[in-house]
Amino acid sequence: MTDYNFAYLDEQTKRMIRRAILKGLAIPGYQVPFASREMPMPYGWGTGGVQVSAAVLTPDDTFKVIDQGADDTTNAVSIRRFFQKTAGVKVTEATEEASVIQTRHRIPEQDLRDDQILVYQVPIPEPLRFLEPSEVETRKMHALEEYGLMHVKLYEDISQHGAIATAYAYPVKVEGRYVMDPSPIPKFDNPKLEMAGIQLFGAGREQRIYAIPPYTQVVSLDFDDYPFEASKADHACDLCGAEDSYLDELIVDDEGGRMFMCSDTDYCAGRRKQGHVGAQGVPYAEDAA
Amino acid sequence: MTPLLQVEDVAKFYGHRIGCTDVSFDLYPGEVMGIVGESGSGKSTLLNCLAGHLTPDRGAVRFDTRADGMRDTITMSEPERRMLSRTDWAFVHQHARDGLRMNVSAGGNVGERLMAVNARHYGDIRDKAIDWLGRVEITSDRIDDRPTQFSGGMQQRLQIARNLVTGPRLVFMDEPTGGLDVSVQARLLDLLRGLVREMNLSAIIVTHDLAVVRLLADRLMVMKDGHVIETGLTDQVLDDPQHAYTQLLVSSVLQV
Ligand SMILES: Nc1ncnc2c1ncn2[C@@H]1O[C@H](COP(=O)(O)OP(=O)(O)O)[C@@H](O)[C@H]1O
Ligand SMILES: [Mg+2]
Ligand SMILES: [Zn+2]
Repeated sequence: MTDYNFAYLDEQTKRMIRRAILKGLAIPGYQVPFASREMPMPYGWGTGGVQVSAAVLTPDDTFKVIDQGADDTTNAVSIRRFFQKTAGVKVTEATEEASVIQTRHRIPEQDLRDDQILVYQVPIPEPLRFLEPSEVETRKMHALEEYGLMHVKLYEDISQHGAIATAYAYPVKVEGRYVMDPSPIPKFDNPKLEMAGIQLFGAGREQRIYAIPPYTQVVSLDFDDYPFEASKADHACDLCGAEDSYLDELIVDDEGGRMFMCSDTDYCAGRRKQGHVGAQGVPYAEDAA
Repeated sequence: MTPLLQVEDVAKFYGHRIGCTDVSFDLYPGEVMGIVGESGSGKSTLLNCLAGHLTPDRGAVRFDTRADGMRDTITMSEPERRMLSRTDWAFVHQHARDGLRMNVSAGGNVGERLMAVNARHYGDIRDKAIDWLGRVEITSDRIDDRPTQFSGGMQQRLQIARNLVTGPRLVFMDEPTGGLDVSVQARLLDLLRGLVREMNLSAIIVTHDLAVVRLLADRLMVMKDGHVIETGLTDQVLDDPQHAYTQLLVSSVLQV
């Protein structure tokens, strides 16, 4: 523990990142440049999120990490261990116990409270990037609110697939002003972007931080005749029976047998603890025994 | 009648080199102005100054805006100027790749300007795109193809559709037929002439090809070394050139 400063980064760096976070919160959806530091893990492993978490964590915090909704993936485990070791904070898998949650690709099913912070790992922060490669030009487009190009992307989607096929990183407009990439969460999660908790987004390689303050309006872009839909697999969770959660599909045997289960493992376990059982599930007590 | 565009004493220098200088003229609604001259005479520099792509070192370029009448586009704010660029103005580049999004379908290319001014009904956007592709003789079954799959002439026609779909009041064109085969050029010129008449377009066309201005331009400006050396009605200038350089230019085209 004494080998590192609290949460690995030095105090000056954390202050610099906090300034970027505060600026981001003051201008919802605006990408704030920051001087990303080398972290002891490769880019693509959430170095942006890790730096944001490092800047907001205090010794009293309880920390949770999820990757695609699960707490037990390699990525989630290594980030959790990293802060256990460098910050000595309590860690948890329970959404409601966590004060800071770092996530990749999901928003927890359970509504967050206003004393919770959700930190996203972001690979590509610029929603206009894929149609306009010039950074100078995209910054100008944001500054002047020239967002027609964003709809060109959705137009292309419909013309190629007959519907808006964008299923992840579905673009949103924040508080009627900035168009923002919500990171590669499924569009099912988009409505949850309007929440009580503070949402912070960190992109390490691209050196950008942005934020959504509590109770901010977040609108998913669409066309009048092709309205946004927060879709998910038309199925209930086979373990806990939940019909309102985002599901992962799993092939369970060689005969093509399938199983749907909540991608949010804590949510699923919580429901099973309460006694809910899905079509292929067993009661929680038996499973634990 | 108020001019649509009033150009007053515009000059642009690249260091000590003259890009263009002492240029003044008025363009009236429905009028097509041709700018001719040999390579390096300052045509593109002037056009880019007028269209807001370059900032002149001197002069005024006043445009009759819908909201506030005559406004100097050089001193107006960048957001205002960019708004003009995607509504009342259009710019057709010599190289289609400079004026098209090559990784977006033909329909998306035409639809972009509509979406830029807040069109939000996919069906309407698509109908307008099909209509405009038809007007530039691209069949509707090509609407979802990318420009990379189009011939040079088709790309140029697509660029024109993309520019005209929002009904601009002033079109800037820089060598719109340059780089195309002669037969393809002729077809494109024919098409442009039809559109100019039908839509009563006001346009400024830069070219080194006198056949282009003969067909499209009401008036002509001849440039040499960054200066305008002769101006007048197109037929007058071409049939009875006053300046020695224009005489040379006209006679050399006859030899071709
Ligand atoms: N970006 C530039 N930097 C320096 N000189 C330039 C630049 N663009 C054009 N020029 C010079 O300005 C003059 C006018 O060029 P240009 O407007 O491109 O002529 P045209 O379009 O008639 O061929 C030429 O002498 C050219 O070399
Ligand atoms: Mg030129
Ligand atoms: Zn479940």
